[in-house]
Amino acid sequence: MSESRPTVRLGHLYPDHLNIYADRGNIAVFRRRLEWRGLALEVVETGLGDEIPADCNLYYLGGGQDRDQLLVAEDLVGKVAPLRQAADGGAVVLAVCGGYQLMGHSYVTADGKKMRGTSLLDLETAASHDRLIGDVVLSVNLDGHTNTVVGYENHAGRTRLGPGCTPFGRVDKGHGNNGQDGFEGALSGRRIGTYLHGPLLPKNPWLADILLRWALDHAGAAVELEPLDDTLEQAAHATAAARAGLKR
Amino acid sequence: MTAHIRWTERIDDCLMKRPSLPHWLAAAVARTAGRLSRLLGRGGGTTLPGLLLNRLRPQATEEMARAVPNGVILLSGTNGKTTTARLVRAALDESGARVVANTAGSNLERGVATALLNTPEPDIALFEVDEAALPTLVQQTHPRVVVLMNLFRDQLDRYGELEHLAQKWRSVVADLDPDTILVYNADDPGVAEIGAEHPNSVAYGIEDPHLGRETLPHAADNTNCRRCDSPLHYQMITIGHLGQWACPACGLIRPQPDLIASNVEFEGMDGQQIAMSTASGPIDVSLRLPGLPNAYNAVAAVATAIAVGITPTTISAALAERGAAFGRAEHINVGTRRVTTLLAKNPAGANENIRMVLNETHPLHLLLLLNDRTADGQDVSWIWDVDYELLLEGDRLKSLTLGGTRAHDLALRFRYAVGGTTDFSVRPEPAASFETAMAACGAGGRVYVLPTYTAMLDFRRVLADRGLVPEFWEDE
Ligand SMILES: [Zn+2]
Repeated sequence: MSESRPTVRLGHLYPDHLNIYADRGNIAVFRRRLEWRGLALEVVETGLGDEIPADCNLYYLGGGQDRDQLLVAEDLVGKVAPLRQAADGGAVVLAVCGGYQLMGHSYVTADGKKMRGTSLLDLETAASHDRLIGDVVLSVNLDGHTNTVVGYENHAGRTRLGPGCTPFGRVDKGHGNNGQDGFEGALSGRRIGTYLHGPLLPKNPWLADILLRWALDHAGAAVELEPLDDTLEQAAHATAAARAGLKR
Repeated sequence: MTAHIRWTERIDDCLMKRPSLPHWLAAAVARTAGRLSRLLGRGGGTTLPGLLLNRLRPQATEEMARAVPNGVILLSGTNGKTTTARLVRAALDESGARVVANTAGSNLERGVATALLNTPEPDIALFEVDEAALPTLVQQTHPRVVVLMNLFRDQLDRYGELEHLAQKWRSVVADLDPDTILVYNADDPGVAEIGAEHPNSVAYGIEDPHLGRETLPHAADNTNCRRCDSPLHYQMITIGHLGQWACPACGLIRPQPDLIASNVEFEGMDGQQIAMSTASGPIDVSLRLPGLPNAYNAVAAVATAIAVGITPTTISAALAERGAAFGRAEHINVGTRRVTTLLAKNPAGANENIRMVLNETHPLHLLLLLNDRTADGQDVSWIWDVDYELLLEGDRLKSLTLGGTRAHDLALRFRYAVGGTTDFSVRPEPAASFETAMAACGAGGRVYVLPTYTAMLDFRRVLADRGLVPEFWEDE
């Protein structure tokens, strides 16, 4: 394994605490879609108390139960500098569900407790007493192309974006950030936050490949991603879209 | 269902100014509605009368529960409620008691009310209760015994998060009448920490050292200390996050169980022999249900039966005799092939089924069925927390067929599991998945079917269409 295949270095933050919605599925997609093209993924896991490496091309934060998310928030806010530095330098950040909320300025719990976030994205979240749950279909425009993204949402938080970021997608089916403005997630440069799990990437190979292309670019590897046979992915994507009530 | 609710809402409107009907009238209306609904073929016989009764006379459940002379047993937990309730029921029947009980599909308030309404003059009541419905039902029934079995990640889309359930259970226990006997699983750290607070409690657990595993499975929940949030240390892990746990940081430790399964001998898919030690002496149980989850169900059932005064001899006889009549592992002969069905609705259950299947010595032909209806959980992301990778180790797996409404989600799970080298067939449609799995297995072979709940119903319909099982088979 010592030959120098182009490699994406992935910083997986808090895999022990933020893993509630099958986040390991997203990591598996990164790994396999690189390996199938003769490329490699190297994963650095960092947990509570560990220093965040500044030299990753791609960072991933998953979702956690409220209690775990609180623990992580306390730990993360004080040591986020290397992550911010990497993101400012063009590293990709994908944050899902609880991880997405941690990307904002703050999170106010249902009983009014205010939890500080990392301010990596210009947004704020406040919990409500009822949860927004169900299948979601989005229209997402990235790198000049629009495509549908499918997933499942389950969150009590209502997220509002500031002027420093744009929505990740427009909601065709489902609730989205707050159930009101018709938008989902947040995007700023190569930072993406979203409530969509399911997990997100297996059924959205188009999105996975865009993230990998960005990460490879950050790694300085000038490689083209060859197309893969995504027949099964497309079938699962179509099933999920149909389940959300959007016949394709 | 929605029609029923709309109907009762209209009744609600009529009753706005009148809080409650006399019990005899409310009961008569509710019973008649149930009969009518059945006559009209609308179903709802196990929940509609109770739903109506609760609207017409909100205190009805409480009144009927108080009238049960030997009290009410409430049993709750993510996994194993139905089987455990059936085992307790067997022991109660064996003791000669007249039992009022609900069925698996009606474990909310209305199902309990319906069961009470439909069973005249019972001696004792036994209800399996949805985890989220437990607080209300404890208030309504003033139980003699509450059994807290386990809390696993299950259908997050329905319950919100595990932590909220644990909070609910915590306040249930805090408000419990001191005379109520609390039977709880000492091996589940989350449940044990809640259960140990109650003065009148009975803890149960499994301590057979040769059952332990070295590492926590991926799907393990509650692996941090409930008191100080440090990682727990396990001397032995049985299922998921269950085992002999302790917190090295704050000293919180698994309570010493009053009832222990000290030796468990599995007999493949046919059953197991369990030696238990209790305060009233040893009990040997011969169980016709396979696997470790059923060992937990049996220990919970024995602890519950003892708590209501049934003798060890009666319990052993009841479990040995009646155990064979039901169960979630089921064998059916299809020509020369044998089909074994193992139901699972969450990662912990699915992981145990995989472990059971891997313990078999036959070539493995698997049919995995994933549906996404309400009873299955609409969020299918849980399959990524199941350790399917274990099936792909070595050369055990001879054929793999993936079916159900979300067969393609399973396909992606396997495509990304070990790099896409596994062969499998994807057949969402129930009959097609059955045919494909049978063909792949070949004559004389065995097929193991691992479905979610409604996928199991679909599968049974395919078998019934071919005359392999009776048409009407559901509970009751
Ligand atoms: Zn502790």
